[in-house]
Amino acid sequence: MKRVNLFIDETAVTVEAGTTIMEAAETLGIRIPRLCYHPDLSIEGACRVCVVEVEGSRNFIPSCATPVQEGMRIRTNSPEIRQARRDLIELIIDNHPRECQTCERDGNCELQDLSYSLGVRERLFEGKRKRHDIESSSPSVIRDAEKCILCRRCIRVCSEVQGIHNLSQLYRGFDTVVAPAFESPMNDSVCIACGQCINVCPVASFLERPSTERVWEALADPSRHVVVQIAPSIRAAIGEGFGLPVGTPATGQTITALRRLGFDVVFDTNFGADLTIVEEAHEFLGRLESGRNLPMLTSCSPGWIKFLEHFYPELIPNASSCKSPMQMLSTLTKTFYAEKTGIDPARIFMVGVMPCTAKKFEIERPEHFHPSGYPYTDAVLTTRETIWMIKAYGIDFTKLPDGEFDVPLGFSSGAGDIFGTTGGVMEAALRTAAEKLTGKPLEKLEFTEVRAVEGLREASFELAGKTLNVAVANGLNNAKILLERVKSGEKSYHLLELMACPGGCIGGGGQPYPPEGHYVLDPEVIRLRARALYDIDEAKKVRKSHENPYIQKLYQEFLGEAGGSKSHELLHTTYTPRTPRGIK
Amino acid sequence: MTGTDVKTILHKDIVKFIRECLKKDHPDSYLIAVLHKVQGRYGWLSEPHMAEVAQLLQVPTATVSGVATFYHFFRLRPRGRFAISVCLGTACFVRGADEIVEAFRSELGIGMGETTQDGLFSLETSRCLGVCALAPVVMINEKVYSKVTAKQVPELIRQMQEG
Repeated sequence: MKRVNLFIDETAVTVEAGTTIMEAAETLGIRIPRLCYHPDLSIEGACRVCVVEVEGSRNFIPSCATPVQEGMRIRTNSPEIRQARRDLIELIIDNHPRECQTCERDGNCELQDLSYSLGVRERLFEGKRKRHDIESSSPSVIRDAEKCILCRRCIRVCSEVQGIHNLSQLYRGFDTVVAPAFESPMNDSVCIACGQCINVCPVASFLERPSTERVWEALADPSRHVVVQIAPSIRAAIGEGFGLPVGTPATGQTITALRRLGFDVVFDTNFGADLTIVEEAHEFLGRLESGRNLPMLTSCSPGWIKFLEHFYPELIPNASSCKSPMQMLSTLTKTFYAEKTGIDPARIFMVGVMPCTAKKFEIERPEHFHPSGYPYTDAVLTTRETIWMIKAYGIDFTKLPDGEFDVPLGFSSGAGDIFGTTGGVMEAALRTAAEKLTGKPLEKLEFTEVRAVEGLREASFELAGKTLNVAVANGLNNAKILLERVKSGEKSYHLLELMACPGGCIGGGGQPYPPEGHYVLDPEVIRLRARALYDIDEAKKVRKSHENPYIQKLYQEFLGEAGGSKSHELLHTTYTPRTPRGIK
Repeated sequence: MTGTDVKTILHKDIVKFIRECLKKDHPDSYLIAVLHKVQGRYGWLSEPHMAEVAQLLQVPTATVSGVATFYHFFRLRPRGRFAISVCLGTACFVRGADEIVEAFRSELGIGMGETTQDGLFSLETSRCLGVCALAPVVMINEKVYSKVTAKQVPELIRQMQEG
């Protein structure tokens, strides 16, 4: 590799050819201020905040978009550069609402941080400001174009990571707005509700549709029996909201915090995950035998499912008909648990604490309502909303003692825990399916081959004389690659695990904004959160879903057999092609 | 999907043109050319037409929408029954064409390239019509009005509304 020598702030530095000035400066410990830049997305060069002085150049140069050249002399901090950056931020702020104190991102906003660190202390460019209404048609994602600073990160993540291409810049100049095609409401667009636009937005132009008020009300209503469940990935990420190092498991503290908030019962979505595996393994073995509708596609991720309905409706018959773990658990709470305790299911208020904004969409799907009209899940809180509620109450999370889940819907195997990370559903399914196929206990429980940290993985296993071809994808651009291989017949798979978000649920659109020193979609954050889940799994005695004693009891007492008529009525669902049709 | 299984609403010549584009390298680079064809036939770009261009050309609908809204030449609403075009050529301009434009804008309550809600009037500008001796001129559909003043604008509009 060719090396290039240059000077940054009069310090000699040697880097590989092709390195940008911004990256070269980082090797010297200089973090040039930036706004539209994101290390895992394409280079935009839209904001110009990262400008530097290059000797011999007439203009200031955007350091994110400029590769180093031999002998370059760069100044990152001359008075002129400092002034230019300050002016740029002042101009952006001038066209931005003055609502910091009432804004969702107050204290956690990249524009606010830059304004402070660059020394913007007065407003010199008072001028016309754009006006847009808040667009809140989607149950998941709210779009507030008035706060938008046109950095295009949302557009890039939606197309480059998710392959949805739902967002674009419309109109021009002062009228420019980021929106779906024809400025349609998000709910009438191909948006799959994953919430990655929320994650990457440096300001508050995209936010989840809040559910906290409804949950507070239910908690304060003595006539309500308020039940909460937490998704596998919550325990691996929630601690970040309270200053705990990334990857600190916080299952026990989360349970205690939820009890303090006033939830009557705390269940674990992991139980639903175990149940999903038992049902899905049964479904899968049936398909293997008949050879029909293979490969089977997993159905836990509601963002992925909405993607399937918009972009690949022809593959709907391949999707597992299993409800997601959350919906299985909610359904059982309002049927099995209600029956057992004698509580009127209409009185139960079921809350899901989820890493996911698409879950807010999922609970509003008509398939997820009890025949008598009430929803199986009443509200979904993202990890961020839950952190906020705990803080709003004044609970000192890090000092809490560990709590325990309620039984029976709170006990889970380690297979349930790893649902929260990419490859986890596949691994959990293989642990159960392999034993059912071979009739023998597994010698080794880990299927590390399917842990698709890089976004896409394929693996083959020999089981009971059969070759099983499986693949795992996270991030929908990776899912597209697999589905195209399926459609072209290039590969013959048996089982595909698909997750909408990068890294799986641990990288979900409702997870905490990255802590200091990390960035959104940072693979290191994903890796550490995944590690937390694998550690929890390894420490458990029961690590196979079908060996969860409460699952076995549930079948004996209530459901009958896996894939039986009661299971089908309560635990399975249907999907439907959606318009507008997505463009692949 | 390449669009072969879709019932098209676009004219067959346009569909044929798109199919030809699909055979070339970088078919998406023909987006603007396709949009010109659509506007050429229908006078403007409707959402269903743009959505179909997106499907047939396999360019994201949001991108089609972004391109169509970026360029002034693309009309996003149908032309009015009276297409008013104010000449902004040099001769007309120095004789006060900008005041005429302003008068139409305020009387009709629409901006450049827009159409009134009732679909009666649309407002555009043109460059020199070649009748500089008659400056400033306004063309309404096929008819040229000469030596127009801003003051005459309300009366012109009234005549069209009645006629």
